[in-house]
Amino acid sequence: MTSLVLLEFDDSGIKQPSRSAVAAAQALGEVHVLVAGAGLSGASAAAAKLPGVMKVLVADAPALDHLLAEPTAALLVALAPAYSHLLAATTAVGKNIMPRVAALLDVQPISDIAGAEDADTFIRPIYAGNGLATVKSSDSKKVITVRAASFDPVAAEGGNAPTENVTVGDLPGLSKFVSAELSKSERPELTAARVVISGGRGMQNGENFKLLDPIADKLGAAVGASRAAVDAGFVPNEFQVGQTGKIVAPDLYVAVGISGAIQHLAGMKDSKVIVAINKDEEAPIFQVADNGLVADLFTALPELAAELERS
Amino acid sequence: MKIIVPVKRVVDYNVKVRVKSDGSGIETAGVKMSMNPFDEIAVEEAVRLKEKGVATEIVAVSMGVPQCAETIRTALAMGADRGILVESDTDLQPLAVAKLLKAIADQEQPGLIILGKQAIDDDMSATGQMLAALLGWSQGTFASKLAIEGGTLTVTREVDGGLETVALTLPSIVTTDLRLNEPRYASLPNIMKARKKPIATMKPADLGVDVTPRLTVIKVTEPPKRKAGQKVGSVAELVSKLKTEAKVI
Ligand SMILES: Cc1cc2nc3c(=O)[nH]c(=O)nc-3n(C[C@H](O)[C@H](O)[C@H](O)COP(=O)(O)OP(=O)(O)OC[C@H]3O[C@@H](n4cnc5c(N)ncnc54)[C@H](O)[C@@H]3O)c2cc1C
Repeated sequence: MTSLVLLEFDDSGIKQPSRSAVAAAQALGEVHVLVAGAGLSGASAAAAKLPGVMKVLVADAPALDHLLAEPTAALLVALAPAYSHLLAATTAVGKNIMPRVAALLDVQPISDIAGAEDADTFIRPIYAGNGLATVKSSDSKKVITVRAASFDPVAAEGGNAPTENVTVGDLPGLSKFVSAELSKSERPELTAARVVISGGRGMQNGENFKLLDPIADKLGAAVGASRAAVDAGFVPNEFQVGQTGKIVAPDLYVAVGISGAIQHLAGMKDSKVIVAINKDEEAPIFQVADNGLVADLFTALPELAAELERS
Repeated sequence: MKIIVPVKRVVDYNVKVRVKSDGSGIETAGVKMSMNPFDEIAVEEAVRLKEKGVATEIVAVSMGVPQCAETIRTALAMGADRGILVESDTDLQPLAVAKLLKAIADQEQPGLIILGKQAIDDDMSATGQMLAALLGWSQGTFASKLAIEGGTLTVTREVDGGLETVALTLPSIVTTDLRLNEPRYASLPNIMKARKKPIATMKPADLGVDVTPRLTVIKVTEPPKRKAGQKVGSVAELVSKLKTEAKVI
């Protein structure tokens, strides 16, 4: 039984959610990984270093640049016969591609697994994480996305797997990449950060999000937000934590001016320690917070920044 | 151009759902049901395209128990023209839904199908992509903006690092993200008008689709409950607790 994991990468290497997907695959048996795109020498070298990986498939072709769903899914389908399980992280890329692969293989995908009981049986959250469903697949091949927050990632280094170029056949040209507007930040990625500090509607505007900066700097934190803060335009969409945004499980999650709607909790309630700062002592966020501070955020945040600076 | 909008009947997003005590699933008896919020966004987008003269007809499709007709009525009241209800008491999983939608698309020949990016009940986020695969069409998932010009659909997508724009050859599949639009409330006159709009009813067998589930739900359990911790009296106390008790900073 061998699994193939589709990896995502950037200039700094294989992304952490993909390394969590590799960890999930390792529980199922032998693991091969796939790097696809255009100009892959860095990515294939980084993939070869992942511990426990037996083989790196490299699909280098202009058509695969930006991992558009149509060509990437066709590539995975072409590679599928050799594998029992096809996996990717539950990221924008994984969610875009894997269901397409599954349908082409006549398989019901198993989305966003948080655990694996055996080769056919998986645990996945439903209803914004208010239920954990154990599901057994009767398909001969499994197509899976992996909730990164539920699996400790494999290390970025330590392995030495052989690489193999795959011949890329004709791929569908139904889609074209036009442009990307990606946020540049010195901060860690939300899904990889050890500390996350998120702001909600209580922040009132985008300018006030700067109050989070000195604290994030001090703690090495990523900055997140509630849907309300994103909808109001305080911060861009990629900040959204929740059922329909990013799922995070850092060591420390600080929710500032966030009420704690189920949809928000779905994205952060597996954090190790939760801190809430809210002026409404009845706010539901306090029901999940290990440490709650009932305070006006406009006084508490500068105080917190100063206190961290002092200690 | 004809647009198909699939709409799912789900437990309302405001409901605090409960796992059934026998572990067989989520309690849905007597619970408020609504249209999946992402599907409302899909209907709204289709109606706006019709208002702009890009779309000529909007067909709302729902699948499942007979009450899904109510969900279709909601779409009709928002501005869809007619409905199709595929009745089935089987647990319709995304693969089956995608196959049923493909069969309907083969008959209806739409130029665009707009779906929600995920249903807030099973949280699968799969049907749109699967339908695109079965039809051999392009897909623009997690859309926050779309524009149609000639045979090309330009979709701005919400991705992990920000936004990505792709150009797709029509016909195409779009799945909606939260920022695509703000769905309208149906006006009373439109709700009345919707009552007269036609809904065709069929069964999976009429469409020649085998809907046998591929995933068996073995059990559904409650996630571990988090306990509320303590309130702290000051910022200084908070920092000291995080340092010495939780040891996270
Ligand atoms: C389909 C769907 C998907 C959704 N997906 C998500 C998701 O992925 N993520 C998500 O977060 N939400 C999501 N939501 C939205 C969710 O239901 C809530 O509306 C949202 O999380 C509320 O954001 P908020 O807590 O920032 O705002 P509010 O609920 O308005 O809370 C603001 C809080 O700030 C506090 N506050 C105000 N001023 C101050 C001050 N000066 N000092 C201290 N505290 C203050 C208030 O007491 C209040 O508790 C979704 C909803 C739907 C329908």
